[in-house]
Amino acid sequence: MGLVASGKAPKPLTKLLNLGRKYSIWMYQWGLACCAIEMGAVIGSPRYDVMRLGVIPFPASPRQADLVVISGTVTDKMVPSILRLYQQMPDPKYVISMGSCANCGGPYWDSYSVTKGVDQVIPVDVYVPGCPPRPEALLEGIVLLQERISNEDPAARWRGDPIVVD
Amino acid sequence: MTAVGTDQRQQLAYVATQAADARLNVEIETEGMTLNIGPQHPATHGTLRLVARLDGEQVVEAEPIMGYLHRGYEKLADVRTYPQVTTLINRIDWLGSFANEVPFILAAEQLMEVEAPPRAAWIRTILFELSRLANISLFLGDMGMQLGAITPVFFAFRDREFVLNQIEAVTGGRFHPNFDRIGGLKDDLPKGWIDETRGVMVKMRNFCDELEDLLLGNEIFEARTRGVGVIPADVALSYGLSGANLRASGVDWDMRRDNPCGLVHDQLDWKVWTHPDGDSFARYWVRLQETREATHMIEQMLDGLPGGPVMAKVPVIIKVPAGEAYVATENPLGVMGYYVVSKGDLGPFRVKIRSASFNNISVTPWVMRGVYVPDVITILASLYFILGDIDR
Ligand code: SF4
Repeated sequence: MGLVASGKAPKPLTKLLNLGRKYSIWMYQWGLACCAIEMGAVIGSPRYDVMRLGVIPFPASPRQADLVVISGTVTDKMVPSILRLYQQMPDPKYVISMGSCANCGGPYWDSYSVTKGVDQVIPVDVYVPGCPPRPEALLEGIVLLQERISNEDPAARWRGDPIVVD
Repeated sequence: MTAVGTDQRQQLAYVATQAADARLNVEIETEGMTLNIGPQHPATHGTLRLVARLDGEQVVEAEPIMGYLHRGYEKLADVRTYPQVTTLINRIDWLGSFANEVPFILAAEQLMEVEAPPRAAWIRTILFELSRLANISLFLGDMGMQLGAITPVFFAFRDREFVLNQIEAVTGGRFHPNFDRIGGLKDDLPKGWIDETRGVMVKMRNFCDELEDLLLGNEIFEARTRGVGVIPADVALSYGLSGANLRASGVDWDMRRDNPCGLVHDQLDWKVWTHPDGDSFARYWVRLQETREATHMIEQMLDGLPGGPVMAKVPVIIKVPAGEAYVATENPLGVMGYYVVSKGDLGPFRVKIRSASFNNISVTPWVMRGVYVPDVITILASLYFILGDIDR
């Protein structure tokens, strides 16, 4: 990856790399609450079947994962674990926040124990709204993320530039 | 070395004692290991954290640590109005959401002294049992997955969709319907729903048969569940277990039959299933039979559905007179009850929630003493809890 790291990768090579990354996302499921069941439907139900999008939903540990789906209510007690497992994931890594709870606190916006949005702790790439979002909504979230990956300049991650999506 | 008799038998006995002593010494010197399972672990389905102290392969002590999903329902209910509370409590046991609303609504109706019209009570009971199907069917598949057979969970997700479709057709929500109102229901059933539901009931029975073929006769499944995690009836009662966990210990107790406040289970012809063993297999078996029984119940209710309105006369702005009421029903996970205190305001003054999983999980330290590590997973799966129902 010397070429990529120095930011001099020719455009066709970048496209090819992105194509590969886009269709081999290892997804780490972080099921916290009700939304986890809809995520389970996306993975386990033959009607939705996330694997047809090139997403492999069973990495054994966050160290193998490219994508983490935070689905459900994040409580203040849970936050340290989320942060720790996020830090264990290798770069480049992506985060989908699924459901109102993970987006902004949802129905527990005035609760004393719920973190109002997981984006206070880790950076989020795609927000999937809904309470719970339908499985189709999560699928769309994944497709949006794939679009984002395909337009990405991999060198930007090494250079530390902000990622611009067109 | 002390004198050893020439008699060979004596010698052998001496060697055996020495060996036993050596083993004992080794055992004394082993160091305990603490195994932390969770809070994020595929086998705890949710955010339960279990700290187990191990001696070799055996669990000396296991302690569940809860609170990773505490969302503060009881406090939030104090600052919401009655219709808003049902939105919230939907999400306690998220697999059988509709069933969560029912006891609360019944308690509020008791305080307001209104009664839902017969058709509403019947449809309520149908949806109540449908949410039981949606809930327990996932357990039936999941238990297989925890023991290493991944097919059942795919079957469960496949057939659960049909039930969710029916719930969605009536209530508009796959998961959190928020359909129950004080004094009745929001809407009547859509056209053609009854016939479709009959078809779904046949599908669910086929699903049960399939799982019975796959798992109950399976040697591995039986070896890993029979005699594992035995909870005797007296222990089950003293820990406050309820639902199928209690019935699998041989206690014949079901709120649907014994205290059918507001629902119509007493007008149906059905049977309470119990199993004398109290082990993980019994808990699976009882839940499987109950799923089948629920499909029969729903079919009877579809046949006998009375006509009429689905909403009683209640004021637009709901104010519940001062008083206290406690209503409990037999939810998919066990007995769920709400103790509602009203001071005559728009919202409750205080709501105390009694949820089944909290009590069901409290037996784990007792039942896990001395089991082997793989059995921990079996026991957790067979006790069947939902984290939202524990932490609330
Ligand atoms: S967004 Fe809704 S469905 Fe999802 S975890 Fe929160 S309350 Fe549950």
